[in-house]
Amino acid sequence: MADFLLNALLAGLALALVAGPLGSFVVWRRMAYFGDTLSHAALLGVALGLMLDVSPTLAVTVGCVLLAVLLVTLQSRQPLASDTLLGILAHSTLSLGLVVLSFMHEVRIDLMGYLFGDLLAVGPGDLAWILGGSALVLVLLGLLWRPLLAITVHEELARVEGLPVAAIRLALMLLIAVVIAVAMKIVGVLLITSLLIIPAAAAQRHARTPEQMALGASLLGILAVCGGLSLSWFQDTPAGPSIVVSAASLFLLSFAWPRRSA
Amino acid sequence: MSAALIRLAGVGVSFAGQSVLQDVQLSVQPGEIVTLIGPNGAGKTTLVRAVLGLLTPTSGSVWRKPRLRIGYMPQKLHVDPTLPLSVLRFLRLVPGVKRAAAAAALAEVGAEQVIDSPLQSISGGELQRVLLARALLREPELLVLDEPVQGVDVAGQAELYRLITRLRDRHGCGVLMVSHDLHLVMSTTDQVVCLNRHVCCSGHPEQVSSDPAFVELFGQDAKSLAIYHHHHDHEHDLHGAVVSETAGGLSIQGPVQPHVHGDGCKHG
Repeated sequence: MADFLLNALLAGLALALVAGPLGSFVVWRRMAYFGDTLSHAALLGVALGLMLDVSPTLAVTVGCVLLAVLLVTLQSRQPLASDTLLGILAHSTLSLGLVVLSFMHEVRIDLMGYLFGDLLAVGPGDLAWILGGSALVLVLLGLLWRPLLAITVHEELARVEGLPVAAIRLALMLLIAVVIAVAMKIVGVLLITSLLIIPAAAAQRHARTPEQMALGASLLGILAVCGGLSLSWFQDTPAGPSIVVSAASLFLLSFAWPRRSA
Repeated sequence: MSAALIRLAGVGVSFAGQSVLQDVQLSVQPGEIVTLIGPNGAGKTTLVRAVLGLLTPTSGSVWRKPRLRIGYMPQKLHVDPTLPLSVLRFLRLVPGVKRAAAAAALAEVGAEQVIDSPLQSISGGELQRVLLARALLREPELLVLDEPVQGVDVAGQAELYRLITRLRDRHGCGVLMVSHDLHLVMSTTDQVVCLNRHVCCSGHPEQVSSDPAFVELFGQDAKSLAIYHHHHDHEHDLHGAVVSETAGGLSIQGPVQPHVHGDGCKHG
């Protein structure tokens, strides 16, 4: 197998593994639009990274984390509904990113690569970052699993029972921010949320415990990555969108499967 | 007084400059059932949230016994339908709870049959019992129940109040609960606190129901109250009398706290 394909496969599998449990929380807590906003803002991170001459991956991570914190602050300080606020932030950060990039004539960048991913161009350096970031997020998710479930079920009940709800909620946002930074290279800023929510939504119909859903989502994500890469390899389609298309096909297939009776 | 589980002194809460509660005194002793009643918007839930530490009062002080274990039963539980969670798993979100303990708590509240059911599929009455079981699993010194009989039919409501009294007897915990239902509350509670942005009156149920402030507060709302509760017309309180808005059949059995209207008081 060609090196670049192996790199792409490893990167995709690592992302699918971590996107399963994290995506389940995005679905349970209805944070899909939040994920979208963070990923749109990632492009601004890239632009600023290029401008300040720091690694785009680092800039995106920092940018997403800052945006997550800004969002939490804004939500508690003003009366606009969350989805309105998210819509404002998502599109203004994406546009600002595009505008900033247009000023940098001396930098030649592949805009399409950032928007839709460039999985087949993942190098050893990228791969190390993707594997490391995914492993870190998986470990933290494992440690925070029960508290995260508890605040997802009822935040005030969790708080009365002594959990630091605000810190746990922020931790979840930061984990999503890290995964978005990881996933940008793989499926691009416009498609990242789909990898979080489509496998989780597909696994949901057949899961009877939260863990089954998370694990099922990881497995479906892995299938989607393998399917998408094969499609890209044999039919020369763009890798990121191919992965999303195969995830969406799996989602549709999940309806054909008879639902287990409870 | 020194044995109190919680003690609130002069508690006031304002949201955006609008006073919601003012100068509230409240305490709950071990083994005592204290019920908050009052019309909608009286600040009952706000007061409960202050007791729980979910909000910080604008003025006054909330004292809790150090390391007080609180079992809280929220007014509503909405779990996203996409989250596959059985009742057992829900109860085991309390750290250190094994299946046996969860089953015992469910048996205590009479809901053992739903242990493996998905949380979203059980009835309103079963859910209230499951929430109560979860509060019990904390081995609470204080149970805080926000409208515990919501969504339960009349027969079930009386049964649930009796269950709460039994749990208090068995566990010796203090109980602070919010209720709309005057009739049923009267027979199962040690102390009633009648709230309408401030404490209008408080004391033993018989005292309170004949307090001028109580009559004024609920007399004003009597029509809607009577319509709302007309299904209780065939029911009687412990004394065999129908508790009416004029409370004619009841007598004052002890000193009644004087009722003073504050600045923000809209009634009367």
